[in-house]
Amino acid sequence: MTDFPKTPPRFSATFTPAVNAEIRRAAASGIYDIRGGGTKRHLPHFDDLLFLGASISRYPLEGYREKCSTDVWLGTRFAKKPIHLDIPITIAGMSFGALSGPAKEALGRGASAAGTSTTTGDGGMTEEERGHSKTLVYQYLPSRYGMNPDDLRRCDAIEIVVGQGAKPGGGGMLLGQKISDRVANMRNLPKGIDQRSACRHPDWTGPDDLEIKIHELREITDWEKPIYVKVGGARPYYDTALAVKAGADVVVLDGMQGGTAATQDVFIEHVGMPILACIPQAVKALQDLGMHRKVQLIVSGGIRSGADVAKAMALGADAVAIGTAALIALGDNDPVHEEEYRKLGTTADAYDDWHEGRDPAGITTQDPELYKRFDPILGGRRLKNYLKVMTLEAQTIARACGKNHLHNLEPEDLCSLTIEAAAMAGVPLAGTNWIPGRNGGF
Amino acid sequence: MQTFDLEKEGLRALNSSLHALKGQTNMTRWEVINPKGAHAIAAGVDAEVEITVRGSTGYYCAGMNKQATILIKGSAGPGVAENMMSGKVVIDGDASQYAGATGRGGLLVIKGNASSRCGISMKGIDIVVHGNIGHMSAFMAQSGNLVVLGDAGEALGDSLYEARLFVRGNVRSLGADCIEKEMRPEHFELLERLLKAGEADAKARPEQFRRYGSARKLYNFNIDNASAY
Repeated sequence: MTDFPKTPPRFSATFTPAVNAEIRRAAASGIYDIRGGGTKRHLPHFDDLLFLGASISRYPLEGYREKCSTDVWLGTRFAKKPIHLDIPITIAGMSFGALSGPAKEALGRGASAAGTSTTTGDGGMTEEERGHSKTLVYQYLPSRYGMNPDDLRRCDAIEIVVGQGAKPGGGGMLLGQKISDRVANMRNLPKGIDQRSACRHPDWTGPDDLEIKIHELREITDWEKPIYVKVGGARPYYDTALAVKAGADVVVLDGMQGGTAATQDVFIEHVGMPILACIPQAVKALQDLGMHRKVQLIVSGGIRSGADVAKAMALGADAVAIGTAALIALGDNDPVHEEEYRKLGTTADAYDDWHEGRDPAGITTQDPELYKRFDPILGGRRLKNYLKVMTLEAQTIARACGKNHLHNLEPEDLCSLTIEAAAMAGVPLAGTNWIPGRNGGF
Repeated sequence: MQTFDLEKEGLRALNSSLHALKGQTNMTRWEVINPKGAHAIAAGVDAEVEITVRGSTGYYCAGMNKQATILIKGSAGPGVAENMMSGKVVIDGDASQYAGATGRGGLLVIKGNASSRCGISMKGIDIVVHGNIGHMSAFMAQSGNLVVLGDAGEALGDSLYEARLFVRGNVRSLGADCIEKEMRPEHFELLERLLKAGEADAKARPEQFRRYGSARKLYNFNIDNASAY
């Protein structure tokens, strides 16, 4: 018999080894996969946009001589005491519970040193965080864990959380491993149980109620605090318009790349929209209402560099928020812990079992032995450095585009590398004036 | 007695005056007239004062109350005494949805009926309802006590944590993980105290009530319980 060459093994593009592994895991365990972080799939993102830079038609600013400002005011619509930040890169809400006390302290130290704000999360306000954050945004969540009027009055702004990008329409989850005595006490829960946060607020539903809720919070705080409304990237045009109608000072818009402490993988990967697709819709809603720059827009979800900051602002955002990137700056997923990641069955830069509370970096844990490893002073310094670098990068790009303030960046400074990005961002495909769906497109 | 005409002077002036009482004050008795269903009346008070509202209120009356005694001589709109920390709120009439939602302390007394989601996500508050309560009451209730002299609607105590529920009348249905529990001597003592504090001791006796609480089967996720959700 002739020995013909055999057909080489061919993997299915549908049933890939990763898909099959998940089927086997589900079959063996009977439970869906829960993990932290944001979507890991490839999505149209800021990498699909480029800045054009200046040439003959517009002139650049000198990088080492001419000023490019970065400050931002938030809450100028109604609040008696709006917030003024030196840089437009804020720290997104992350809970004590999901993060250790020292990690929250480091976020406060780093943000304050860089001239920006940090944000509480589900579970209430800790002294570590208030004490080390010059500007602290207090989240008002459906669970109301730790919610009290004293903390409302000692925060600098209030963020009503309607949803988040990793799970629009979903509630929170903190598994029993991380419900320590202190976390349990702050949340009025028995120790060691799986804590579920509701997906809807307990005492309001819909935009008309939200308006009344915002009014109540303003009354309780004597109209001093800026009130943000945070939504996940689901229907950004209408959500932004309704938040404005309800009386928000600031809209926070979180794309599906935004992280979570713990949620079902299927939720993270299959619900929501990428931030690139969300920003133009939110900006259009603000413009249609005559409220662009009057109600400020903070966007988040996959912001990693000064280039991402500049692109988000060119599309019309007033500021951005970072969560995952801030944790990485603190030391999360650092290859220095590779040996321990291997023991957990993972590897550096892929570790996402934050809900299990065994983080070798001591950041996403409530285990005293683990969080003792984390130095909040060093962590704060690293975060400050990272925020400064991002700001310098964004300024570099803005000057190259001839802008003396990051807020002067505009969509006309951008082009798209792909048709998808052009359609989502509303920015012409590079080398053309074509925006799919507009100016004669389909 | 300070009398405040809400229609003439406005909500901001009222709440601003009440907030200014924090610390010490000799203006301990207030009367609010012409409330006409306004929202957020006496929200965020933090002082040992007594405020009588002569009429019905809108949303979130007495929201996040600390220390104050607030008497509503009418009915209350949604979210009355939401997230109350301490003090006492007494409603002569009925209360709309979410009465006492997420309350962390103090006593809420509703002399009429309460609508749906009464005591939702309560975290330590005591609530005494002289009439009936609506569906999904005490949903995800974490701690505190809910006493109902009348009937309870569907799905009472769904996904309950450690709050104690006492109902004298019929319960239409129990929510996920909520079960009837034995009345032990300490529960009779507790009820005696709550009925008295809730001005209901002349209407009902502790031995007329049944107790409901968490079966604690959903405290940690188990795939075999998935059908309960």
